[in-house]
Amino acid sequence: MKQSLFTILENQPLTDTVFRMRLAGDTGDISAPGQFVNIRLDGLFLRRPISVCDYGDDCLTLIYKVVGTGTAKMRDMHPGATLDLLTGLGNGYDLALSGDHPVVIGGGVGVPPLYGLAKRLIAQGKSVTAILGFNTESEIFYADAFRALGCETIITTADGSFGAKGFVTDAMPGLAYSHFYACGPEPMLKAVYRASRTSGQLSFEERMGCGFGACMGCTCQTIAGPKRICKDGPVMRKEEILWNG
Amino acid sequence: MERLNVNLCGIPLDNPVIPASGTFGYGWEFAELYDINILGTFSFKGTTREPRFGNPTPRIAECPGGMLNAVGLQNPGVEQVIARELPRLKQCFHKKVMANVSGFCVEDYAETCRMLDAQEQVGWLEVNISCPNVHVGGMSFGTSPEAAAQVTRAVKAVTKKPVIIKLSPNVTDIVSIARACEDAGADGISLINTLLGMRIDLRTRRPVLANTTGGLSGPAVFPVALRMVYQVAAAVRIPVVGMGGVSSAEDVLEMLLAGASAVEVGAANLVNPYACRDIIQALPAAMDKYRISELSEIIGGVNKWEKM
Repeated sequence: MKQSLFTILENQPLTDTVFRMRLAGDTGDISAPGQFVNIRLDGLFLRRPISVCDYGDDCLTLIYKVVGTGTAKMRDMHPGATLDLLTGLGNGYDLALSGDHPVVIGGGVGVPPLYGLAKRLIAQGKSVTAILGFNTESEIFYADAFRALGCETIITTADGSFGAKGFVTDAMPGLAYSHFYACGPEPMLKAVYRASRTSGQLSFEERMGCGFGACMGCTCQTIAGPKRICKDGPVMRKEEILWNG
Repeated sequence: MERLNVNLCGIPLDNPVIPASGTFGYGWEFAELYDINILGTFSFKGTTREPRFGNPTPRIAECPGGMLNAVGLQNPGVEQVIARELPRLKQCFHKKVMANVSGFCVEDYAETCRMLDAQEQVGWLEVNISCPNVHVGGMSFGTSPEAAAQVTRAVKAVTKKPVIIKLSPNVTDIVSIARACEDAGADGISLINTLLGMRIDLRTRRPVLANTTGGLSGPAVFPVALRMVYQVAAAVRIPVVGMGGVSSAEDVLEMLLAGASAVEVGAANLVNPYACRDIIQALPAAMDKYRISELSEIIGGVNKWEKM
């Protein structure tokens, strides 16, 4: 983990509510796709955790949905402004378990971290399928970006306005894959978990206090005992998950 | 730097800055970030006789100037703390640690303290009779002078280490509870624990916290904490540890002037993991600015307004 200042390079809308922010700064502590950053924002006490979409030597990309006061403040920031970030948080996705033809499965604002993951899997010579689920056509983002990486990309919309009508799990039967990586709202994760026929990794969300394992604010129960989503997650292996209810 | 030295219940501290229980784990997460031996000491995660998972999530809510938490005393239990956490702590922390203890009946407190009394690394026992986030025990011991005295006596009977009783601000008269602890043999008082609070999510119309209520901490509570430290320090002869929203070297100076012998820093650690290091580094310059040569000289030194 590292605390440092980043400079905003770009902050632009991808849809009505989803924005992409590119930042320049020290990314040396980021070690895996699926990790997150925790952002300090003026006037708010707690930092805001946002998953990293992609990262390079001295820049990173965040894609966030405006859902509350924190993300609204982010939306209103301009290039040139600086942000205080904790980077390198969480354990990220393990690429070594992917097999030759993994599938990445994202729902809505859960799609971004899978982009950086798919990019690295493809760089390792894997054949990657992406299933990206959205509510409706106007909410779709990054489908072309996944295709540009070389992913076989399947889009589903809940209302059928684009791609296949239904949920991401409707695209899973008949698909051959060696391992799955998922990120999205918990009902989607649960459905993917149940529909999956291979090993996999799922990224979870929870309200956090610190984001680095100190406050026990985001603990969940697992097969292996209590785990902190911020520090021991956010990515969990399929076989360690215990669903509540 | 000797001008920062203070003394807490007979044990010298290099400086008065102590990360508060529940914001610093068992130390090693922060030891990865900086040398935690620069701290006065730290108060480890509230420990109970049996392991506890704590409350359901969400356990955390934002609010202006602070946060609510309803973690509910998640901890691995005193046996695991002794078997695993203390040996691991020994690798990165060479000072005496403050052991924070919670319980659900008087016997729990006594047994947990008896086990921790045998640990050479433990310098003080900080007995939490003020957790607002558990439904049995916890805060109920801290809201009546009789119950507070009962826990104090039970703990004092099993340990020779200094016993510091951590008080709840969720009471009508905190001074009477502090006095009851002193009369029952407490070696020190720490205050304040969090203030009971609540938020509602307007979209779902449910409380933000799964526990409905939680404890408020952060800068928002600093004036309340300072007032209570001032009142308690004036009423007891034993040392007082001040806490509640402390975020800067200047806040530390205010707490000392109000009567605190040492100061705990809580929520600030969660937002700035280097908060305690930064406060310690900022203290000398803040002391120079206000013409303070040694911290120990200003404890309880707040001036009264004089009638014109």
